[in-house]
Amino acid sequence: MKKTASTAVVALAVATALGTLSAPAMADDQEKCYGVSLAGANDCAAGPGTTCAGTSTVDYQGNAWTLVPSGTCETMELPDGRMGSLTALDRDLPAS
Amino acid sequence: MPETTGLHSQAAPATIPARAGVGLKPQHYRDILEGAPDIGFFEVHAENYMGEGGPPHRYLTAIRERYPLSLHGVGLSIGAERPLDRDHLLRLKHLNERYEPGLFSEHLAWSTHDTTYLNDLLPVPYTKETLARVSEHIEEVQETVGRQMLLENPSTYLAFTESTYSEIDFISEVAKRSGCGLLLDVNNVYVSSTNQEWDPVAYVDAFPLQLVKEIHLGGHAPEKDEAGRPLLIDAHDREVDRIVWGLFEHTIASAGAVPTLVEWDANVPDWPTLNAEADLAEAVLARAEPGDMQRAAAG
Amino acid sequence: MLPLAERQRGFAAALLDSEADVPPGLVGPDGVPSARRFAVYRNNVAAGLSESMTITFPAVRRIVGEEFFTAMARAYVLADPPRSPMLLDYGSGFADFIASFPPAATLPYLADVARIENAWKESFHSADAAPLPPAALAKIPPDQLAGMRLQLHPSVRIVTSRYPVLTIWRMNADGGEPAPVDLNAGGEDCLVVRPAADVEVRSVPAGGAAFLRRLGEGASLGDASEAGFAAAADFDLSANLAGLISAGAFCGYTLEGAAAPEKE
Repeated sequence: MKKTASTAVVALAVATALGTLSAPAMADDQEKCYGVSLAGANDCAAGPGTTCAGTSTVDYQGNAWTLVPSGTCETMELPDGRMGSLTALDRDLPAS
Repeated sequence: MPETTGLHSQAAPATIPARAGVGLKPQHYRDILEGAPDIGFFEVHAENYMGEGGPPHRYLTAIRERYPLSLHGVGLSIGAERPLDRDHLLRLKHLNERYEPGLFSEHLAWSTHDTTYLNDLLPVPYTKETLARVSEHIEEVQETVGRQMLLENPSTYLAFTESTYSEIDFISEVAKRSGCGLLLDVNNVYVSSTNQEWDPVAYVDAFPLQLVKEIHLGGHAPEKDEAGRPLLIDAHDREVDRIVWGLFEHTIASAGAVPTLVEWDANVPDWPTLNAEADLAEAVLARAEPGDMQRAAAG
Repeated sequence: MLPLAERQRGFAAALLDSEADVPPGLVGPDGVPSARRFAVYRNNVAAGLSESMTITFPAVRRIVGEEFFTAMARAYVLADPPRSPMLLDYGSGFADFIASFPPAATLPYLADVARIENAWKESFHSADAAPLPPAALAKIPPDQLAGMRLQLHPSVRIVTSRYPVLTIWRMNADGGEPAPVDLNAGGEDCLVVRPAADVEVRSVPAGGAAFLRRLGEGASLGDASEAGFAAAADFDLSANLAGLISAGAFCGYTLEGAAAPEKE
């Protein structure tokens, strides 16, 4: 038979939880009630990169992958350079 | 749909006036809701409002309460040989019912093959077979959605050696068979005419303007092909080109005033810049007679 | 004459394979085949899709830098192109792709950052629903609470990680400031939820993710609590419940024996 937390334990936990909650802070103020304006992903225009036709494709494909991450991962790196450290990579792309 | 002048109560009328509108970009939601600009209408890409809920619908609902709306699909793949995606078609139907747009349009293009969505408006060869397929697909769209669809002329970068129709003959025949209306993208006319070495003025003159219920304007990027010939890219990333404005004036002189949309989808400018671009189109429309379709109060 | 089906099959295949020859019969105005013209379409597909990834995964992009991100996104979109024209649904496979992508192996937390961002996007577009107010639960007879089934809000997503991924995501989200992170500090689990307009990402205490997952599977509050205790000896049921209720993570409940869920 399946083990179940006792009715009393659950009831006590719910009562405690409700006791710690004040009135819900759900009221949207007028300024924010629509949320974030996130750009739509569908489009009917020619995409960026089109005008450098071919070049970008050539740079990033084939088997030699020479790029290494170079964003904020460098600032988040541990001082002693354990996990997250950057080493120059010269790996192959996964076959796909 | 009830008509009202109130802002927060009921929705604005559905019918789109023979004025200038702009493509609605999320960057401008707040400007529009707070500044209440005097704009004829807004147009959205249907696929961006196919989520179940959330902020996109909150904004679009609020904007629809204040302005007429045009719904522009970018992913139905009408030009595909394969059957239409019924689920997608039903989503379009649902959006039409929810937002009651004054106009509903899609492209003469394909974008899905097998189950892969290729995310580009790919060109079709102008053949008997394509003509039959596209006409059947538009009939299916109009039957399912329950209203007329406008078909937009494409911007193309190459031609198919198997084509046997001119683009205008092809589009005219599709409209005749399916009963669809047309969306004339004047920038696409110029882009395709340059890329295909057609005469853009002759294109507009030969186009069945009496079926045109909406016009699109947008910016393009100039490039060259391997032979050094101009290759214009339909990038929607800048102002409408001077020559396209001229072609637009020429079109309006024949067609009369037709709802005209300014599209600006990449390097999206601030609201005043986009609004100013719409004002330029509005000035051209203001000098023109109302078009036949507008006089007939189509909608 | 080339049948349309064959034409589109060849066109589509060449779009997704940059090594492929340009299909025959695609010409410029002089009737001569033009690779450059076909390349416009080929690049539109890859560039447009990888651009759509920048909308959903801004923190991943910031962590690896723009150049690396663009290259990784291009590799992903060609390996796993969308199955639907609704691009707002695209990108759910990106985290798994990152996890198996050798050039990103130096950043073992990166896939989990992508999981948060994908969960955020899903939550953003999920169905709207009114969150369950605390008062609704206060009305329920105490002896029925253990058998009650709480209905998760449609926007709820759970992300678990061996790494301090919430800390990393926050540092790299809009307005965040990256700083050194101890990757061995222990894992962080998060709740992503959009009770109204704004998506919120909250830390989930020990055992909370297992508890929440069981609730999502339709388990009773009592059974889900057992899953929480099993996952973490220090699982605090009341603290978890308080956090979830205040986050708006529930939108209804069913009492034992009741046919239809209660909603607020």
